Amino acid sequence: MAHPHETETETETETTGASTATDTEGRLAFVERYPADARIIRWCFLIAFGALGVGGLFGMIQALHRTGVFRGFVSSTDYYTILTGHGVLLALVFTTFFIVGLFTWATVKGFERSIYRERLTPLWFAMLVIGTLLAAVAILGGLSESIPMSADVLFTFYAPMQAHPAFYIGAALLIVGSWVGGANYFLAYREWRSDNPDERIPLQSFMVLTTMLMWYVATIGVAVEVVVFLIPWSLGLIAEVDPLFTRTLFWYFGHPVVYFWLLPAYLLWYTVLPKLSGGRLFSDGLARIVFVLFLVLSTPTGFHHQYLDPGIPEGFKFVAMTNTMFLLLPSLLTAFTVVASMEHGARQRGGTGYLGWLRTLPWANPAFSGMALAGIMFAAAGFSGMVNAGMNLNYLVHNTLWVPGHFHLTVGTAFALTVMAGSFWLVPQITGKRLRWRPLASIQPYVWFFGMLLMSNAMHRAGLLGVPRRTAEPQYPNTPGVDFAGGVGGIGEMRMQIAIGGTLLFVALLLFLGVMARTWLGKKGGQLAVNGRIPPAMSDPEDSPRVLDNLRLWTAIAVLLVILAYVLPLVGMAGDGLFSPGSGPIPMWLFP
Amino acid sequence: MEIHRFEKRWFVVSLVLIIAFIATIVYGAAGVGVQMIDDDGGQIDPSNVRNAQGFSDPGVHQAGDGEYDVYVIAYQFAFEPGSNDPIRVPADTRITFHVTSSDTIHGFSVVGTNLNTMVIPGQVAKFTTVFNETGTYGVVCHEYCGDGHHTMAGTIEVVPEDEFDGGSNTTDMEGGN
Repeated sequence: MAHPHETETETETETTGASTATDTEGRLAFVERYPADARIIRWCFLIAFGALGVGGLFGMIQALHRTGVFRGFVSSTDYYTILTGHGVLLALVFTTFFIVGLFTWATVKGFERSIYRERLTPLWFAMLVIGTLLAAVAILGGLSESIPMSADVLFTFYAPMQAHPAFYIGAALLIVGSWVGGANYFLAYREWRSDNPDERIPLQSFMVLTTMLMWYVATIGVAVEVVVFLIPWSLGLIAEVDPLFTRTLFWYFGHPVVYFWLLPAYLLWYTVLPKLSGGRLFSDGLARIVFVLFLVLSTPTGFHHQYLDPGIPEGFKFVAMTNTMFLLLPSLLTAFTVVASMEHGARQRGGTGYLGWLRTLPWANPAFSGMALAGIMFAAAGFSGMVNAGMNLNYLVHNTLWVPGHFHLTVGTAFALTVMAGSFWLVPQITGKRLRWRPLASIQPYVWFFGMLLMSNAMHRAGLLGVPRRTAEPQYPNTPGVDFAGGVGGIGEMRMQIAIGGTLLFVALLLFLGVMARTWLGKKGGQLAVNGRIPPAMSDPEDSPRVLDNLRLWTAIAVLLVILAYVLPLVGMAGDGLFSPGSGPIPMWLFP
Repeated sequence: MEIHRFEKRWFVVSLVLIIAFIATIVYGAAGVGVQMIDDDGGQIDPSNVRNAQGFSDPGVHQAGDGEYDVYVIAYQFAFEPGSNDPIRVPADTRITFHVTSSDTIHGFSVVGTNLNTMVIPGQVAKFTTVFNETGTYGVVCHEYCGDGHHTMAGTIEVVPEDEFDGGSNTTDMEGGN
């Protein structure tokens, strides 16, 4: 029962019809239909890609520095400035800007209406930009003696290490700006709902709304940490903060934030990847169930980052462990649905056999190959994540290089590579300019994949030998007993793989940024060779229970689980006073 | 809602996998007896660590027959003892570490083992272990603690029980060999 659109592909040969910036079906491209929304999305992406470029350069410097291959870029003191910049620019700035842009696109697409608001939209954009500038100046000030600011506290900013107040104020503006951005989507939802009282929420919009609800619940922790404790403390208004208490507030946010990164990638995997494969999403209802599970389960898991923290009773860690393990469920369901959708697409394209269908997928289309390769790496990341989540196994790998090895597969590939792949498809639609330098774009995902393969496998293995993370020089020549012996290939081979992999990743990044810049600077007009049409899922949304769309219910359950997981431990920690046992500031104003 | 039969099977297999993971952890804790760091070590005033019980004389102290307490203070950028003098402990005895910080957050990780804890100002990390093998073990700080973080490391020397000269570091130095 082939629907006509099931055989739709993204090849240029298919592009017919109008000679202006229209899509293949003769409908107006996104940029023509929603110019105000497209403009704000373009600005968000521009800043995201800028942060990606600088953060990625810092990443390569770190890979070469800590392996000892080349230490000429920065001193080992400045390494920590670079490391802070890498974490903040990539994990907070790049992600947040791309996500608010993507969610604006998805909300407009889902509700089929512009969501741009004269005051609200520029407001959240300005908050995000000012927050980013404040944090970036505070961090990069650490590299220059002429700027009397510094924030060498890494992106976890654990007290009692103290950054310049501008760093905390910038971080707070980023968070609050993303809240206001979310209001934009919910106001659009309210308008759409009053026009369509009985309809199911369009799938992409449903994904945006559930992700944002999860984000609201999750960011309360870091907002309280920064606004109530760290900003007044950095301004000298309060003398001491409790390091364990503020750290716990951070990790209340620090795990669900990874789902704030992951779920936008899922949005693209669920709605765009099946189309690029030549087919349709397998099941609309299961996609909704997956997002509801993430909303409900993401936050009460943060203690799994604190398995090794003294001062937290074992029982609370155990509860977080079981919640974390159950979070595997929506990701395992996603693996099924995404692979099934790809197989369906491949069979529509004439693929046959148990695995032979893989050959018919459009591996030369970087939008497809990037997302598919990101999915493969995310599967590997799932397994190393299970080791992290294993309460007792975690003792072997906690704060070793294993951990960044893991999250460079998740946020560093499942998210970042999906974002780059999605941009190859989306940027033409929001700029009205066709993708240029296609051959370079086609190899880009493979270069990233190969670089990450080298870097991440070596980081995991070095972590098993006990090599710590977050260290400029993990060599310890003067300390007997620290030789990181053993392991297949040995530590020297692992260091080489990390250095080569990190360099390749930067090359892939330059390929991406080059293609984006060339596309952006190209002339408007001509055929885009892509279209934004998302085919409906094979199973109709009406087949799934309506209760799935009851956002109030799921939010209430999410809040209830958070209360169950967090109230007792937080009351326990605050029982002796909110600021006690307190630590005065230890300023991280490092100068070369 | 119609769910494909393959998807139902996948769902069941996924749930079994998750429950099996939780079961292995429960077994590790209850069966094998893998200890977790928890709130046993108690709290401490981080600005006044050296007046606290145990930490006023950091080092190795015999607590009973075949039982030793090791008090370690972590600060920018050393473990005391550990960095300047190795922590000498006898093999095949129960060694209970008490580790705290007098400034920022640190880590205490015995390289190549699962002896590993965060060191948080205001809290005392307490954990017990038995070294079955003699030899030299490296300790690294695995949490960023400032610009000299990469120099913060130390050593544990595990000696045969009958060669152990007992007591704290000062005794070590007097013992000479």
